[in-house]
Amino acid sequence: MGHYKIFLGMAAGVGKTYRMLQEGHAEAEAGRDVVIGYLEPHERPETSAQAHGLEEVPRRSVEIRGGATVTEMDLAALLRRAPELALIDELAHTNPPGIEHEKRYEDIAAVLAAGIDVFSTVNVQHLESLNDQVAELTGVRVRETVPDKILAGADEVVLIDLTPEALIARLRAGKIYPTQNIDAALNNFFKIENLAALREVSLRQVAEDVESKRLVYSEAETLGTRSEERVSDDTPKAVGERLLALVRPQPSSQRLVRRAWRSAQRLGTDLDLLWVKPPRVQIEGEVERQVTALRRLASVLGATLIIEEHDDVVAAAARVARERGSTYIMVGESPPAKGLARLREPLPQRLMRAASPGVDVRIVANRGLREEEWAS
Amino acid sequence: MSIFAAIRIEDPLIVVALILGLIGGFQYAKSRHVRRPPVEPEAVRHILLPFTGTEISRRAVDAALRLARAEGATLMPAYLAQVPKSLPLDCPIPLEAAKAMGMLEAIEQRAGTKGVAVDARIERGRTYRHALARLLSEEDFDRVVVSAGATGTQGLSGDDLVWLLEKAPAEVMILRPGPEDHRILVPAHLTNANGVAA
Repeated sequence: MGHYKIFLGMAAGVGKTYRMLQEGHAEAEAGRDVVIGYLEPHERPETSAQAHGLEEVPRRSVEIRGGATVTEMDLAALLRRAPELALIDELAHTNPPGIEHEKRYEDIAAVLAAGIDVFSTVNVQHLESLNDQVAELTGVRVRETVPDKILAGADEVVLIDLTPEALIARLRAGKIYPTQNIDAALNNFFKIENLAALREVSLRQVAEDVESKRLVYSEAETLGTRSEERVSDDTPKAVGERLLALVRPQPSSQRLVRRAWRSAQRLGTDLDLLWVKPPRVQIEGEVERQVTALRRLASVLGATLIIEEHDDVVAAAARVARERGSTYIMVGESPPAKGLARLREPLPQRLMRAASPGVDVRIVANRGLREEEWAS
Repeated sequence: MSIFAAIRIEDPLIVVALILGLIGGFQYAKSRHVRRPPVEPEAVRHILLPFTGTEISRRAVDAALRLARAEGATLMPAYLAQVPKSLPLDCPIPLEAAKAMGMLEAIEQRAGTKGVAVDARIERGRTYRHALARLLSEEDFDRVVVSAGATGTQGLSGDDLVWLLEKAPAEVMILRPGPEDHRILVPAHLTNANGVAA
């Protein structure tokens, strides 16, 4: 099997094809036999220029319904040519009827099976499992989807990241679409909020992909313990989500811990519990009892209880969040403020300002009664 | 020269407002200094409700809640989890914890409607009796409520209950099985849209 590398992007125009061609050139310069199996330059001069100097397997013409003709990748010719590395753009593409496979990723599978390495490109909204989520976020649904196993099966996934602002600047400069299409693109898909959401989805996707490749799952998952999952204890931690729940030594904090732990389970990430202990408070009596209870609960859940002595909850929480690489801070509902405390900025807002950019603050609400009974 | 003469108060309404303000402030300050009677410690502070599995007799929960409410006590529902000998006793047990959490939340929500404070626990042991023994040694409580042979205590045998009676440093209340024991409390996620356990 050939080596499979996928360049993943959040949207058209981030530079996936350009980067693929750049790496193709680098491989060629290193002495490897590189050809372009299929290139879709989308009339982008920079991309076309980057392809210069690389051999391209000629496309074949395929007649489609209505008598029109389209050009497609010539799989048979590529396999005959048998390069060491083939660059095949747009892996989510659907082939017209009448050629070997319905989808291009199936063509790529045939190329890989022939022992040829492949570089390919895809946008995150084409991934099957993310299709609904992306449609919901952006209001735009793509019809050509790719099974997630294609991405999961790739040897390498390279995220081509660009800030939404930079992408829109590229669009306005005419580097993505022809001038007459720019306004329509800006008014529809290429909105800052759409692109920011897509960027988050693609970053998360690649982080999860890296995480899944990092772990070796133990067959014996007695009691669901994850202690044996890690390849080794000294494996560096992946960049991903991490939750920090602010607790206090009181029974009501257990509810917050439970919610935080469930969120951590859903995200497949670690949970830290932080109690910022005011300097005047001694750990004795009822406080000691509750701290012990929190410590034991943390042990049952596989969470870490951190006790920091500080007179400023916000400053201490922000520092611990930075040190632990937390991406979410969870706090419980505060009781209604009384007296002068009403004039003070609420804790979540203060946390938002103090924490690193990109750290979300969540308030865990008390849910209503959801008790059920049944007759056995 | 008096302060009033210096300020030259011309409007009698201002004078009245000042006097009323002074009297109100004095009364408020006086009320703040009234000593509250010391709070008498409650006779029963914590009621332990140990259980296993993902269902518990509602009769047992209600009995414990009634007692807790009457005595101003905190209910301490405790989920007992077994850890096989192949694993360290203090290892994380996420699957068991997930089961426990659903149950504890169901009990907590029911307690919320009765105005009873809850302080829940999850206790690990090699057996349910071992978990119970650890709980007895680590926690302070004044009463234990268990239901004998009924749903929710499948893990505690008759011998365990006898053992509990001997060892528990508190009053033990064992509910005899009753016709209402088919009414059980289950976590919300284990019921379907019709409220029937899935």
